[in-house]
Amino acid sequence: MPAAERGKLVVILRERRPVPLLRRPGFLTLAATLLVLAVALFAACGGTDRSPETTPVPLILVAELGGDTTAFTTTRNAFGLSARNLNKQERRTFVVGNSFFRQNWVTAPASTEARDGLGPTMNALSCSSCHFLDGRGKPPDGPDDGERGLLLRLSIPGTGPHEGPLSEPVYGGQLQDRAIVGVPPEGEFIVLYQEMPGLFADGETYSLRSPTYQFRNLAFGPIQPGTLISPRVAPAIVGMGLLEAIPEADIVAAADPDDANEDGVSGRVNMVWNERNGATSLGRFGWKANQPSIEQQTAAAFLGDLGITSDLFPEENCTAPQDDCLSAPSGGSPEIGAERLAKVVLYTQTLAVPAMRDISDPQVQRGAQLFAKAGCALCHTPQHTTGQHELGAVSTQTIYPYTDLLLHDMGPELADGRPDFDADAPEWRTPPLWGIGLVETVNGHTMFLHDGRARSLAEAILWHGGEGAAARDTFKAFTKEERDALIRFLNSL
Amino acid sequence: MSRRLGIVLIAFILGGLLALMLACSSEPTPAPTDAPEPDGPSVEALKSDVVAHYADGVHALYSKSLSSATAMDAAINVFIADPSPATLEGAKRAWLFARDDYGPTEAFRFYGGPIDNEEDGPEGLINAWPMDEAYMDYVEGDPGAGIINNPGTYPQITAELIESLNEEGAEENISTGWHAIEFLLWGQDMNSNGPGSRPVSDYTTADNADRRGIYLATVSDLLLVHLRGLVDAWAPGVSGNYRAEFMAMDVNDWLNNIITGIGELSRGELAGERMTVAYEERSQEDEHSCFSDNTVADIIGNARGIQMVYTGDYGLTTGPGVMDLVAAVNEDLAMNLNEQIGRSVALASEIPSPFDLHLRENIPNSDPGRASVLRTIESLENQTDSIVTAAEQIGITISVT
Repeated sequence: MPAAERGKLVVILRERRPVPLLRRPGFLTLAATLLVLAVALFAACGGTDRSPETTPVPLILVAELGGDTTAFTTTRNAFGLSARNLNKQERRTFVVGNSFFRQNWVTAPASTEARDGLGPTMNALSCSSCHFLDGRGKPPDGPDDGERGLLLRLSIPGTGPHEGPLSEPVYGGQLQDRAIVGVPPEGEFIVLYQEMPGLFADGETYSLRSPTYQFRNLAFGPIQPGTLISPRVAPAIVGMGLLEAIPEADIVAAADPDDANEDGVSGRVNMVWNERNGATSLGRFGWKANQPSIEQQTAAAFLGDLGITSDLFPEENCTAPQDDCLSAPSGGSPEIGAERLAKVVLYTQTLAVPAMRDISDPQVQRGAQLFAKAGCALCHTPQHTTGQHELGAVSTQTIYPYTDLLLHDMGPELADGRPDFDADAPEWRTPPLWGIGLVETVNGHTMFLHDGRARSLAEAILWHGGEGAAARDTFKAFTKEERDALIRFLNSL
Repeated sequence: MSRRLGIVLIAFILGGLLALMLACSSEPTPAPTDAPEPDGPSVEALKSDVVAHYADGVHALYSKSLSSATAMDAAINVFIADPSPATLEGAKRAWLFARDDYGPTEAFRFYGGPIDNEEDGPEGLINAWPMDEAYMDYVEGDPGAGIINNPGTYPQITAELIESLNEEGAEENISTGWHAIEFLLWGQDMNSNGPGSRPVSDYTTADNADRRGIYLATVSDLLLVHLRGLVDAWAPGVSGNYRAEFMAMDVNDWLNNIITGIGELSRGELAGERMTVAYEERSQEDEHSCFSDNTVADIIGNARGIQMVYTGDYGLTTGPGVMDLVAAVNEDLAMNLNEQIGRSVALASEIPSPFDLHLRENIPNSDPGRASVLRTIESLENQTDSIVTAAEQIGITISVT
């Protein structure tokens, strides 16, 4: 099937016009709907003089990407505002959660009782040191760069508890490159990049950098041969509660594991272990959709990244040979209590999605059409409607995250080689695209993909393989003007 | 959004839609952008006056802050030259006095101005908190902690070293500014009914006493340097400084900045970070001036800064403020908000000091002190909603925490 038709199909296929918006009373919503219609009309009427393969599609461009949570902001704090529709008490909880997200944890015991229990081994001292300003982490530029926005997950072949990954026996499931005083860090790693030149169809050149990782200063001897390594950068965390509120049935319904509709794109769900329920459930967070809830994602990060125990994960991650780690003082049992953890979870659930910019810009509209035409929207599903969630603010919202939350085979070059529950070695979860154009403003860089190897949005597209290869090839075949328009559209999100 | 504004917006978008449909028959034309300005020329002129007076107010307040900080620096130098209970007390008093002048200037933050622009705004060097005290000096249970007690790692304590170490690695590795000086004068607050009581011997016979003195003198000097930079940035009649750029910018953008500043300080920063976190978590480490027990005064200072920007009455200079603009569109709202902002200042002034009394575990929420804290928080939160509404009335949309 030609790419053009695919692109056209996806929008028509998901003909979820802004009807759900109309269900909601309120002038702002009605206004937004009218703007959508206006853009659709504009797009449609612009097409009369265009060739068939660029037949424009009605676009659903809405500034309120996060529904009523959306914040209209383009400042450096664009990822840090609370959902606009929180009630007073929720907003206070947000503020407290923010404090525990932003500030450093310290070694126990300390007079800073609320924030002690760091380590014994860890990757960072605070959530915000990697999710800086609630935004995106950055990998090291090379072997001499001390940047710490990237960590390595480790496992060995086979499956561990609950069919999840099997941790490396000495270094555990993640290499902690820091430790409190008196405990050795597990080790360090460096990144080496190799440039891989390429050509667009119009002859313009590009170069992609392919990373490899080498361990340094390992405290407990060599890593077991055959260890599988998955590098991960910290993603921006806006709109997480909205993603959590997308009905499970909608995600499952979009899965097409055998590509029955023959669109070249499959999409699989990851069924993962849910600590709270003590059962397997749908995974939707993390680079491989290996976490079922924001609570579990947050608690796992507290343990894995900071060494802070919680009710969900009460044991420090010290493996048997790490004696100093095992005997280090604890900051309480657990180190972050249920109430405080809940506040950080609420914070993470309710960071407002920043509004889309420049909707009426013709280049943005053109880019959106090309996005659909290239088939990007087959996985980066533009629109969802959230269901009921314990937080009213994220319930029943029409949102535009540009993700299907499903796993896709992204080809051997992006593969980390490390299975994670049902996610195979080359599979990654479609990341949401909302806010992506503000990463540079907030975090001062444009490093994308799970390990930050892409130095621009264009490079990120060019890395797409596997199920994303057709879309990538369409992008490569675009003219410069078309490529620029597509990037401009992404930057308006 | 108000009903009326909603109707205006929808009418506007319908108009735009119609224009687009018409455009279909001919060549596409860009959508119309701005709605017709409802304000008459007098309001526009008033906007310029408000912005100009704001710049005067900012300059006056930073100048005042620099002046009292300079007096504090002198008192600190007297103390270091001749450490005694009396000279220490003098330095502390000078800190408390100077601190009162700094508080209101925090209303000039949160829009990337000279104080907190991304490139070189000195806010993190002037006022960052909470502190990881052990990063600077000894703390209970760790007598060898901190830069001061590690001559091996940091042989020379210099302004350059301290500045470079500030916020190295993480947000609260704070080694400069008001709270660094506060910690060096008062020490950790281990007293339930009073501030910290650092012994004078820390500057005479204790380990690294000389290094501690050098450190204190250096951070005090640094504070003056940073405050002077702010005074210069806002000085009138200096071509190329921030104020010159400021006056050249679109007046609506500037009003947006000005109102964003007071809106963000009011709720996200003051009611939220500085009061709610400490109140809800009952954690003394989260109160603002935790060593000197000056937190209530800090809160009042911030609340007064909001009031100054709103009313245009900066004490040293008086002129048109945001209130006058709001009044031109909606007099009732302007007056109500004025009362609300005044009430917040009054409520803050009623909080019994020291603030950490209200953070103790066994104090019920019904305790008069805690209730007083909560009343102030609520008042500041509510006034932020009104500030956002008032801004909308004069055509300014702000996004605050």
